[in-house]
Amino acid sequence: MGAREWAGRWPVLRQLAGQDPRRDAARSARTDALVPRTATADSVARSVCPYCAVGCGQLVYVKDGKVTQIEGDPDSPISRGRLCPKGSASKQLVTRPGRVTEVLYRRPHGTGWERLDLERAMDMIADRVVETRRRTWEQTCEGEQVRRTLGIASLGGATLDNEENYLMKKLYTAMGAVQIENQARI
Amino acid sequence: MAECHPVGFQWVMEAKARGTKVFHIDPRFTRTSAMADHHVPIRAGSDIVLLGALINHVLSGGHDFREYVLAYTNAADIVSAEFRDTEDLDGLFSGFDAESRTYDPASWSYEPAEEGEAAPRGGEHAGGGRHHAETARPDQYGSGGATAHPRPRRDETLTHPRCVYQLLKRHFSRYSPEMVEQMCGIPAADFHRLAAAVVAASGREHTTAWVYSVGWTQHTVGVQYIRSAAILQLLLGNMGRPGGGILALRGHASIQGSTDIPTLFNILPGYLPMPKAGVNRGLEEYLAHAATDTGFWGNKRSYLVSLLKSWWGDAATAANDYCYDYLPRLTGDHGTYSTVLGQIDGTVKGYFVVGENPAVGSSGGRTQRLGLAGLEWLVVRDMTLIETATFWRDGPEIETGELRPEDIGTEVFFLPAASHVEKEGTFTQTQRLLQWREKAVEPPGDCRSDLWFYYHLGKRIRQRLADDEIDRPLRDLTWDYPEHGESREPSAEAVLREINGTGPDGRALSSYLDLKADGSTRCGCWIYCGVYADEVNQAARRKPGGEQSLVAPEWGWAWPLNRRMLYNRASADPRGRPWSERKAYVWWDEERGEWTGADVPDFERDKSPDYRPPPGATAQAAISGTDPFIMQADGKGWLFAPSGLGDGPLPAHYEPHESPLPNLLYGQRANPARKIYDRPETPYNPAGSSRFPYVLTTYRLTEHHTAGGMSRTLPYLAELQPEMFCEVSPELAAERGLVNGGWATIVTSRAAIEARVLVSGRVRALRLQGRTIHQVGVPYHWGWAGGGVVTGDAANDLMPIVLDPNVYIQEGKASTCDIRPGRRPTGRALLDLIEEYRRE
Repeated sequence: MGAREWAGRWPVLRQLAGQDPRRDAARSARTDALVPRTATADSVARSVCPYCAVGCGQLVYVKDGKVTQIEGDPDSPISRGRLCPKGSASKQLVTRPGRVTEVLYRRPHGTGWERLDLERAMDMIADRVVETRRRTWEQTCEGEQVRRTLGIASLGGATLDNEENYLMKKLYTAMGAVQIENQARI
Repeated sequence: MAECHPVGFQWVMEAKARGTKVFHIDPRFTRTSAMADHHVPIRAGSDIVLLGALINHVLSGGHDFREYVLAYTNAADIVSAEFRDTEDLDGLFSGFDAESRTYDPASWSYEPAEEGEAAPRGGEHAGGGRHHAETARPDQYGSGGATAHPRPRRDETLTHPRCVYQLLKRHFSRYSPEMVEQMCGIPAADFHRLAAAVVAASGREHTTAWVYSVGWTQHTVGVQYIRSAAILQLLLGNMGRPGGGILALRGHASIQGSTDIPTLFNILPGYLPMPKAGVNRGLEEYLAHAATDTGFWGNKRSYLVSLLKSWWGDAATAANDYCYDYLPRLTGDHGTYSTVLGQIDGTVKGYFVVGENPAVGSSGGRTQRLGLAGLEWLVVRDMTLIETATFWRDGPEIETGELRPEDIGTEVFFLPAASHVEKEGTFTQTQRLLQWREKAVEPPGDCRSDLWFYYHLGKRIRQRLADDEIDRPLRDLTWDYPEHGESREPSAEAVLREINGTGPDGRALSSYLDLKADGSTRCGCWIYCGVYADEVNQAARRKPGGEQSLVAPEWGWAWPLNRRMLYNRASADPRGRPWSERKAYVWWDEERGEWTGADVPDFERDKSPDYRPPPGATAQAAISGTDPFIMQADGKGWLFAPSGLGDGPLPAHYEPHESPLPNLLYGQRANPARKIYDRPETPYNPAGSSRFPYVLTTYRLTEHHTAGGMSRTLPYLAELQPEMFCEVSPELAAERGLVNGGWATIVTSRAAIEARVLVSGRVRALRLQGRTIHQVGVPYHWGWAGGGVVTGDAANDLMPIVLDPNVYIQEGKASTCDIRPGRRPTGRALLDLIEEYRRE
């Protein structure tokens, strides 16, 4: 590319020469080469926004195993491709750098966090459930059978999947835990 | 709606473009008000006065849709001569026991059609006394169908003094436009404009819809707010018809699903009640009390037995009542607030907090944190280090010196959670629509789905069992799901298929009508039966909206049976013809002998409008061909609720527990049955106190989400709404010396928090009862940490723990406060300030 040709491609010169700055005169070689992330994705997952209960459709674009973009799904008869500020920002929910991805443990009376292996944490939690359940087991209350523990309680958020809520209620009920609650009451 | 459900609001704008009038009734002027035809500012906590006056307007002006009302509601039913209204008892209904603060609803029942015919057994009418009131009533509301006589005496002329229509007229007669002006702060001219618009947009050719959120529910009379709207909509013929209804805009992606498949203490999947100690001893006794015998709840045995078979498989047999005895029993209120008090008192030892942040997200934050500090162990599963996980090192009580980390014995496990794109599963959105999400990527590091956590926790617990009798429910539990990938993620589709249910041949069922009571079918949630019909994940259907009708039946799957509008048989007249061509939706096709239309009919497809139930019929056979409300014992819409409510068969306005005003309607100031906790951790502001002269209300912002764990952490959103603030009118700012952009301290008996001041005309001072009422609005998205890019004081620290007696929801939308200029003190001085307010 000669200097003259290069200068002729320079948008600002073309705009100064009177070309409409909102049209082709705004284009450079670089902008010509730009491709949207949505066009180069390896895969697209059909998802649903995790914030309010409208249930807007989301398209989740993935490249090299990473989420590169989240867009509204134009096919959704509910949202017709729109997302609100929260839905539009939801890629950051997944990819933000400060996200905690490790198990943390605080021992009783401790003043700081410690690292803990996930499998070890699961074993420790299971041990505590079994021990607490046994220790606080209530077979009867005022002479009536209750078969339960009031020693273990749970509070869940309302971004839990139906399948997750189902396993929670099923396991807790079999354990005899009754103080099982959700944002749905709050 | 434009603020908190912005994308849903596009449909309101579509309607407006077609000529719909939009009224926005809200203490604040918001983006919704900006787009509405009229904004009607209202005093927070006074909506029943407004709705009651609209009901009065409809009744006294003869504006009700008489044909609809006569055929589809209980307007003609005659109520027991024992019943006494709030008109007779100065704000109480008959049956109130002042000592236990509960109602015995016996006197609210219908008069049977024939002399000597007893009301059906079960529900409200079984048992009695205080023990019954505590164990079987409020906990049960919201589950099953309330019991009522299916064939009460009726007066089709609506003139009998004890018919529901006349009771209603008398009850609401004092809800006048003048009362609206004095109680709500809405000028009479504005009320008349609203009333005229609602009446004009109802009837054969038109319908009116009401849309609400927690602004209507978070009150000590929250359930009665919704009842008021239900009465108005039934009188105007706006239920079960296109463009009508009362639309609950729920605030979270799957909050509807969390109620349907409940992680709630009082219900089992599909709104079956949890068993109560002493009154539900065996399966038969449970079924006798569980719900009504007529209408679709009459199949409750099939629903429950199929659930028990789904959970305990081959171990559940007819001989052992399908393991009914494995279910733990309730003894009253086990809701989230009483659980927290149990943590302080030491009965609750271990606590799982899963995608929730009670340390800033629940009312009475301090009480919540004291509860966390009283635990032996705490498991927090979240995507960020929320305040509930870190209260022991940086909570407000550490800052004031009330607690020291060294003194807090709580063992804390923080387990990072997978995001919505890192797992598959279904959300149920606000119109009961299940939508399946595909998994886009694997979760990073130790992040796992909650499905993974509970499945693997369950496996580990089961490995640690003894031969003990108490371990049998866990040993016999069906707990075997296919595992995928390196992390052994359980198959969400397999769980969804179990929820859907299977028949004797092991194939997926397609309808709850196929469920059997003999143990041959399994179903994890009867109302979700059909989501996996034909072995296809129906929730994953994605036929583009543009290629479908407006009802879009092939996008996702709605419970029950993919019906998009409930009770839609009411969109046709008693003979099955559309009320008008304009409003045709579902109708009876005489030639083909079936119901048809734009949606799946919410009625037995081949039940003719001429069908009349034979004597003694039960379940759906007891519902006549003209009764659209098929889940009700009598198939009618209830203007008057003869059972099923803990605080009265009709809505009555009561002031919020904390209110600066008296109740001009009755001597009874606040809801007599509201749930109060006499606890030092969470004292109340005295009613009418000059120390707390302002109305305090909380709300959300478009750019944030509830307690902020999913929004304060995102730089994009934090930048859009960077700081906790309070919103006050110019008049209040002048009265208290508050400066726009400066600081203010908001004080209640529970806490004092600081916030930036936003002086704006959006929160209007209301003139009523000869005085000016100021309202202070605070968003509740902030907390002191939570991995937030932006932090701030938590609004919920201010709020009282006082609950609706039906559903135990807190009064988060209307209480009282003081506000003063400047930042709050810190350390010990903060406690001194609160103490000073409590003393006066």
